[in-house]
Amino acid sequence: MEDVKPIERILIANRGEIARRIIKTCRKMNIVPICVYAETDSEAPFVNEADLAINLEGRTSLETYLNHEKLIDACKLTNADAVHPGYGFLSENHEFAKTVIDNGINWIGPSPEIIKSMGDKLSAKEIMKKAKVPTLPSVKIEQNTDIKAAADKIGYPLLVKASAGGGGKGMRVVREKEGLASAIDGAQREAKNAFGDSTVFLEKWLEDTRHVEVQIIGDQHGNIIHCYERECSIQRRHQKIIEEAPSSAVTPKIRKELGETAVNAAKAINYFSTGTVEFLLSDQGYYFLEVNTRLQVEHPVTEEILGIDLVQEQISIAENKKLSVSQKDLEINGHAIEARIYAEDPEKNFLPSPGVVQRWMPGNQSLTRFDSGVEEGTTVPSEFDPMIAKVISHASTRRQAAKDLAQALKSTKLYGIKNNKEFLESTLLHENFLEGDTTTDFIEKTNPPRARSISTSELEEAAIAVVMESQALNRSSAKVMQSIRSGWRNSVMPPQSLELKTKKKQLLIRYQSKRNGTFEIIDSEGNKRPVRLYTSGNGKLDFELEKTRVKYDVIKIGNKWFVQNFRGHIEFEEIPRDSQDGEEENSIEIKAPMPGAVIKTLKNEGDLVLKGDLILILEAMKMEHQIVAPRKAKISRMHAGVGDQVTNNQVLVSFEDEHEEKK
Amino acid sequence: MPILDSKLNKESDSFRKNKEATLEMTVALEELLEEASRGGGEEATARLRSRGKMPLRERISCLLDPDSPFLEISALAAWRSPFTIGSGFVVGIGVVENVECLILGHDPSVRAGAFNNFNMKKLMRGLEIARENRLPYIQFVESAGADLRGEAGDDPEAAIQRETEHFGESGRLFYEITELSKLRIPTISLVFGSSTAGGAYQPGMSDYNIFIKNQSKVFLGGPPLVKMATGEDATDEELGGADMHTRTSGLGDYLAKDESDGIRICREVVAHLNWKKLGPEADKNFSEPVHENDDLLGLVSEDLRSPFDIKEVIARITDSSYFEEFKPLYGPTLVCGWAKIHGYAVGILGNNGALFSESSEKAAQFIQLCNQINTPLIFLHNITGFIVGTDFEQGGITKDGSKMINAVANSTVPHISIILASSYGAGNYAMSGRAFGTRFTFVWPLAKIAVMGPKQMAGVMSIVGRAAAERKGIDFDERADAERAKIAEHWAEERSKGLYATSRIADDGMIDPRDTREVIAICLSSISSNVVKGTKEFGTWRM
Repeated sequence: MEDVKPIERILIANRGEIARRIIKTCRKMNIVPICVYAETDSEAPFVNEADLAINLEGRTSLETYLNHEKLIDACKLTNADAVHPGYGFLSENHEFAKTVIDNGINWIGPSPEIIKSMGDKLSAKEIMKKAKVPTLPSVKIEQNTDIKAAADKIGYPLLVKASAGGGGKGMRVVREKEGLASAIDGAQREAKNAFGDSTVFLEKWLEDTRHVEVQIIGDQHGNIIHCYERECSIQRRHQKIIEEAPSSAVTPKIRKELGETAVNAAKAINYFSTGTVEFLLSDQGYYFLEVNTRLQVEHPVTEEILGIDLVQEQISIAENKKLSVSQKDLEINGHAIEARIYAEDPEKNFLPSPGVVQRWMPGNQSLTRFDSGVEEGTTVPSEFDPMIAKVISHASTRRQAAKDLAQALKSTKLYGIKNNKEFLESTLLHENFLEGDTTTDFIEKTNPPRARSISTSELEEAAIAVVMESQALNRSSAKVMQSIRSGWRNSVMPPQSLELKTKKKQLLIRYQSKRNGTFEIIDSEGNKRPVRLYTSGNGKLDFELEKTRVKYDVIKIGNKWFVQNFRGHIEFEEIPRDSQDGEEENSIEIKAPMPGAVIKTLKNEGDLVLKGDLILILEAMKMEHQIVAPRKAKISRMHAGVGDQVTNNQVLVSFEDEHEEKK
Repeated sequence: MPILDSKLNKESDSFRKNKEATLEMTVALEELLEEASRGGGEEATARLRSRGKMPLRERISCLLDPDSPFLEISALAAWRSPFTIGSGFVVGIGVVENVECLILGHDPSVRAGAFNNFNMKKLMRGLEIARENRLPYIQFVESAGADLRGEAGDDPEAAIQRETEHFGESGRLFYEITELSKLRIPTISLVFGSSTAGGAYQPGMSDYNIFIKNQSKVFLGGPPLVKMATGEDATDEELGGADMHTRTSGLGDYLAKDESDGIRICREVVAHLNWKKLGPEADKNFSEPVHENDDLLGLVSEDLRSPFDIKEVIARITDSSYFEEFKPLYGPTLVCGWAKIHGYAVGILGNNGALFSESSEKAAQFIQLCNQINTPLIFLHNITGFIVGTDFEQGGITKDGSKMINAVANSTVPHISIILASSYGAGNYAMSGRAFGTRFTFVWPLAKIAVMGPKQMAGVMSIVGRAAAERKGIDFDERADAERAKIAEHWAEERSKGLYATSRIADDGMIDPRDTREVIAICLSSISSNVVKGTKEFGTWRM
């Protein structure tokens, strides 16, 4: 094998968190990091941190991070001598890898041939079966496949799975034959949209299994070692959200077996670079799922317990260097857990919720590692994966790592965008999780609280903190009579008030200042509670409520108040003092819940629809969203057709106004 | 500037007694303010609410910028009268969209917002405050018109005999509203209910009119009058509804869907005024007085006879307790000097005894100096009057006192008077009493204002009576005289009380002494909405 000259400039064909992660190692190795970006990412942190960056002049994935031609052009424009694909996008695209190499540029990853052989999950299974790696029975769905017979052969429950790609897209569990056809239809459509390949197959679905994967590294000189296993059983919508290393279910005996099996599997395909062999682990045994020929999202947990830098290994291997470590060097040190913070709404089935990160202050950084793609003000665009950050803890025991991580999440300030932070916290602190009772159906089975529960007295105390900050800000921003005491009166007037609401409760806090500078809070029952203010007006609230000294961080963004203290975070919406138009009971239109594209319409203008009828399907954030009729009504107008791009809150469907009709 | 020292003995009996007496009055004051805040009472307020209406004070609160101050004017008007305490009107200075405005509202819970002598006087005072200080004028109109009942229960003939006012001289309020507009002081009417006959001209004369749907009714004659005059049957909505006026007649400029929407529109109107204050700006960096504010409660004695050092008051109201005294060695019964209050530069005149020739001359000079440098004046009253007696008359006390009154009367910088204790006779005039164009006048709870002390007055009347008896050669009935003097003294005492003055709208209100500094600061800020400019022109100085 010919010598490869050291890499000097890496073009990172990716975005967000992983682009920043790669930049970090580039800095360590004195390599120039180069980024590429879509329009919506033009102000993202990874673009700021790169030495050079190329605008890919587009919005969608296809126009940008998936566009081979533009990426190769960017390499030439910047004299990049290597491409790091990160994960997702083109990381497992053998054609792109080949194009890169054909252009004389180093590809940081396994060869196109390896990628190709493992890219199709079905053929990968065949190869592994031959190498005596245990697998589950499966059937490929082709045009003339007798679906029913195939399903019966495997038996229910079964999994419909896209042959290409990953990340839970194009996957459906089917428990009874009734749902089979529509599951295949949906999986095919999703696979087509996400990976450009609608091939799906059926696979036996085992209950009470764990997702366990083995990290492998190999150089181009035939050395292959494993870096032990990770467990990624905690998933929602078939996407991993909490990953750990090592697995609590893997005994030293199985660990040894798994490692050897993974190395054998890798050797069977002459694997080099980093990769992951995924297994399903059940009481009966373990079964090969697939090989990921790239760096995994969850790679940091392995790095933490072994003290290695997997990105650095990848780059060294691409430079044709030998592995810097040997199998006997690698010893597991303690336990690491990673949690993925997503911009999503846990209370609405984890629906992606793109937007702007108004405040981002990682907490408990001394005990945890933050691999994030955002800073304050970063937009999480609707076009791409809504992951905000990965938080990784490393401690001597699993329980301690879980608690450190939960504490880090609790003290992290993340405002202005819906996210799963509290859900991750409650999952990490769930007794079943702490006990290591983690199977892939953990979330459905244990159903951890989507948000933390807040007592009435805590809510009132937090509302008082908001009110105190609000009045302080009102006074400091006053342009006249600013020096006069807050709410000064020389007669008896109604007290000052502020109306706040949370998702569940509405609070009216009334208050008045006293001559000595203290305040009197009048609660909903008319009780008066004295408040003595020490600090306010700068986001740091410090006051005595009756006898208790309390401290809060309070910030207002738009009409929302974000309050945080040691107990966690509370969000209030300020109700404007002027009366607002109430939402019409009989809605006459449906608005888009988020920006996206209409991919299917099932009703037409003039159709009569019943409550719950599917009207159209919107694709946003690479997910399908069903738009259903809110009530029985007649569609007067469809404002968007298939292929139309719609913005947030854009009217999609109008109904006939029954009141108008009656007139 | 030097910091004023305090020599106050807080352990003394007199301090303790004074404090008790003042606190007793401040509690009474709070109770009266509480009573005033209830307007027409619970039932009337409940009736309003049942119709989806807000009580007047709530409407005003909704208009004000959150957490901003509100200085109510003459909150206790009509106390000890046949009318409801407060007179069915609220007048005050408040901040709307960062603009200091004069806000005035009819209280619909009190005789349906009808006019009477008390609230008319209060309304005229409100217009005066708006005009003098160049404050945008906002009126919440909802009025049944004139209260035709007058002073119910009186003998009509006796009432006619007592009356000094006639319709022929009424209507000045309409003149003043349009005059404000002419002076480029915007006038805004928010009509909350009926505004009939003369009341229709309240919005009629305003620059901006906001009408509320199904609630505002404005017409010269209501349906009954129209029926009587022309035989026409008309509904009040057709005749003067908000919809009609904003779509058809054009009397209304904005149609609000409800009360709070109307208040929101009112704020938007104020926001677009692009209001710029023309007066001096305050220095934002200042410190509170070094001496305790609460001590102001222990200075004034109930019978007003024991004196106190006016500098103890000054030391508790000026920034950092700084006071640069002018001519401290000359005419020491009147303390003059410069200081700042909430960053506003002021000249302060305060009494430390009766006015003598020297103190009067010093005042005349000091007032001229403040006019020269456009500095507002604060008068702290504790004055029994000019000194009397042969020596002083021969020394020209009337002549010198006239100089002081000349200076006070013709001074064009704003004056603020705080009547701390006594304010008697020409002393009241010399200290820029209410009649001397003072911008704001407030009284402390134990203050007394009269032509002279009640005891002195009863004594004078007795002496005069004795002299008349002697002239006529008849016997002087000592017992009857003593009885008469006692009654005269009692009523003179009652009429001289601060509470009585404040109820007759002879000042802008009674304040808790502890609020003095902030009341003055609010007044100074309001005053600065207009130009603050002194004069060099005075009347002829009698030399």
